[in-house]
Amino acid sequence: MKHCLSLAFVLMVLWLGNSGYYSPLLLSLGAFSVVFAVWVSHRMDVVDHESQPLHLSGHISFFYCWLVGKIILSNIDVVKRIWLGNKSISPCVARLPLSQKTDMGKVIYANSITLTPGTVSMDIEGATVLVHALTAENIAELKDGEMNRRVADLEL
Amino acid sequence: MLAGMVTVLSSACLFLGAFLLISGAVGVLRFPDFFTRMHAAGVTETLATTLILLGLMLLAGWSILSFKLLLILLFILITSPVASHALTKAALHGNLQPLVDENNEQ
Repeated sequence: MKHCLSLAFVLMVLWLGNSGYYSPLLLSLGAFSVVFAVWVSHRMDVVDHESQPLHLSGHISFFYCWLVGKIILSNIDVVKRIWLGNKSISPCVARLPLSQKTDMGKVIYANSITLTPGTVSMDIEGATVLVHALTAENIAELKDGEMNRRVADLEL
Repeated sequence: MLAGMVTVLSSACLFLGAFLLISGAVGVLRFPDFFTRMHAAGVTETLATTLILLGLMLLAGWSILSFKLLLILLFILITSPVASHALTKAALHGNLQPLVDENNEQ
């Protein structure tokens, strides 16, 4: 039930934010569309803790703040290496352990790895993720496991 | 006074974003293989787009336009890592071997 309400809320904000017209006719059409969309998604059985991860919403904003800082730092690093040329990079591939228990946690971790320039998650197999990195330092930083730990903490 | 500051701030964001976009493009041309080029493309799809959209949001002010720009930013930040991952995974399954530095062989 709370997942349906959250979906309805998100759709309502999307409609109001994208329309910009607040006449009774358009508002009632919007309300009808939202109710219809929620009903169809409910029938399709896709409204659950995976499409509406409410249990994560508390801690995830802190994680994203930390991630934005990380993204800015690694952007500066990669841009520096782009202008320094090919001699400054030392590409490498490594298999790193995943300590997340749920699929959602693994996806968040792999996406965070890809979102920071300099590291790309290539494949997930069981409890490991295959990572391609621009330099050996990038891999070393991931091996320290701070990001892994922070994502695992989100699941609690 | 405030309007002038906002203009300066948004110009700075747009200028920095444009510089990062050019850097990303140079990286895509310059780096040796497919996987390293993905990293250069990563610069354009994270910080460069964020800065450009932030600059445009500052110009638009508190309006419905800013909200739409914010939505664009959110969609890009959510979809771009998925696209990068799909591309690298496809390359890996197509038996494209990543170029690895000899010092890092494990």
